[in-house]
Amino acid sequence: MSPAKALLHPAAKPLLFVAALVPFAWLMYGAATDNLGANPAEYLIRATGDWTLRFLCLTLAVTPLRVITGTPTLARFRRMLGLFVYFYVVLHLLSYSWFDMGLEFNDIARDIAKRPFILAGFSGFVLLTPLAATSFNRAIKALGAQRWQALHKLVYGIAGLALLHFFWMRAGKNDFAEVVVYASILGGLLGWRLLRHLKKKGWLPLPVGRGQLSRQ
Amino acid sequence: MLIKTRSDGFIHPASSEITSQRVYEGRRDMLKLMATGVAGAAMASWALRDARAQTQRPGKLAALAGAKSGVAGAVVMDKLTDYKDASGYNNFYEFGTDKSDPARNAHTLKTTPWTVEVEGLVKKPAKYALEDLLKLSTQEERIYRLRCVEGWSMVIPWVGYSLSELIKKVEPLGSAKYVEFVTLADPKTMPHVGSRVLDWPYVEGLRMDEAMHPLALLGFGMYGEVLPNQNGAPVRLVVPWKYGFKSAKSLVKVRFTDKEPRTAWNKAAPNEYGFYSNVNPDVDHPRWSQASERRIGEDGLFAKKRKTLMFNGYEAQVGQMYAGMDLRKFY
Repeated sequence: MSPAKALLHPAAKPLLFVAALVPFAWLMYGAATDNLGANPAEYLIRATGDWTLRFLCLTLAVTPLRVITGTPTLARFRRMLGLFVYFYVVLHLLSYSWFDMGLEFNDIARDIAKRPFILAGFSGFVLLTPLAATSFNRAIKALGAQRWQALHKLVYGIAGLALLHFFWMRAGKNDFAEVVVYASILGGLLGWRLLRHLKKKGWLPLPVGRGQLSRQ
Repeated sequence: MLIKTRSDGFIHPASSEITSQRVYEGRRDMLKLMATGVAGAAMASWALRDARAQTQRPGKLAALAGAKSGVAGAVVMDKLTDYKDASGYNNFYEFGTDKSDPARNAHTLKTTPWTVEVEGLVKKPAKYALEDLLKLSTQEERIYRLRCVEGWSMVIPWVGYSLSELIKKVEPLGSAKYVEFVTLADPKTMPHVGSRVLDWPYVEGLRMDEAMHPLALLGFGMYGEVLPNQNGAPVRLVVPWKYGFKSAKSLVKVRFTDKEPRTAWNKAAPNEYGFYSNVNPDVDHPRWSQASERRIGEDGLFAKKRKTLMFNGYEAQVGQMYAGMDLRKFY
């Protein structure tokens, strides 16, 4: 089976769904068997945050991969990956609210207002919510494709907020090694879009071969 | 408590009164010894039991017993943190920034030979070989709470003696107002020295009265054994009423100065880490609330975190030193 055909296989989506749940299952198993080290609460909060960032990278990688490799079928998986970003960010917020704040909503509200890095992360979550809520076909129809697309451009801002949240968190310990990794991935993915946008607008010269083709 | 009522519940004995498991299990051997006439010698060691650490040794490193301490606040009654957690969950950035890194990487640290240089404003500057430093005063067991600035805590039975014992020996000049502690920064054995996280070597400091406080400990061991490398072997500072990062590890230099030392974390982020860094539930770190803490290994995932105590519960012993100081300003 060619890779393109494999992507169209009816089992492809369920398989991705199960694969995306593996980190969650792993964390649940670790928590249940007390295998998350000396500070399981911290481990869960950080791991769910890490997985949110990873799925955000994966989601934003779909379009560049699709265009660069000329594999339109990849688009089938974007929505599910996007929803898994939301799944893991909900777990992340829940872990923080429960394990760190004991579900004291007044304390949580105060914490969000007081700490810039919490505010950045929480804003990212809030902005992601309408995206998750309008991810089904009827919502797309109701909004109209253009408005839906405009709304979902929010994801670029969300990626920025997620990075800022991670950067500020690590800034407390001057520890930016991992932040740099995610920043370069997300920067690359967003930079690719920016370049493409500028080329489409004609502000940047198109590559010679394709430019000639498109002019004919 | 003289009058016991039902509502008292279980009256906890002082941990020093609990017969250690080894002694309890050896009671029959003791009887046999009595019968065979070596009781005299055996009784002598039995009499010593009170002076020996009650902590069960993990049996990983060389033994270092500590006598019972007479210092007020030297032994808290909290449940001890598991050795596995205390030696596996560490902040020791010279060996990596993840808390599992030190246990993984610190085996490269060379702790023999080791010297600690005492210099600066003292009458008797000296270079102490570790062997001499170990014998400088009676090793005591101190069971202290350890509160990390990150919002977690442990209870660790340290072995060491009051830092003041060393200070008295070197006779600081009247002009000495602060003590600076310089730790090892050896890029050959410490893989993360050279990373840009901190300005190496890691430097910490105390005001003279703080350094002279009997609770400020020069630590050589924990859990009845010498310190594991990842916990700051072979000699470290333990200041139980301050956030953990004040307790510098693997000390190589103690310097007496008249100026407030520029400490490592203070240099890295002055608005986040003050010179004093006393545990204070009312002054938040910009990134974390300091009002509560999670006791490692004890508070379950869904348990509410416990309230952090002023000066980590050592207010009665150390509060006086800060009387009249604005602790919001001098955080």
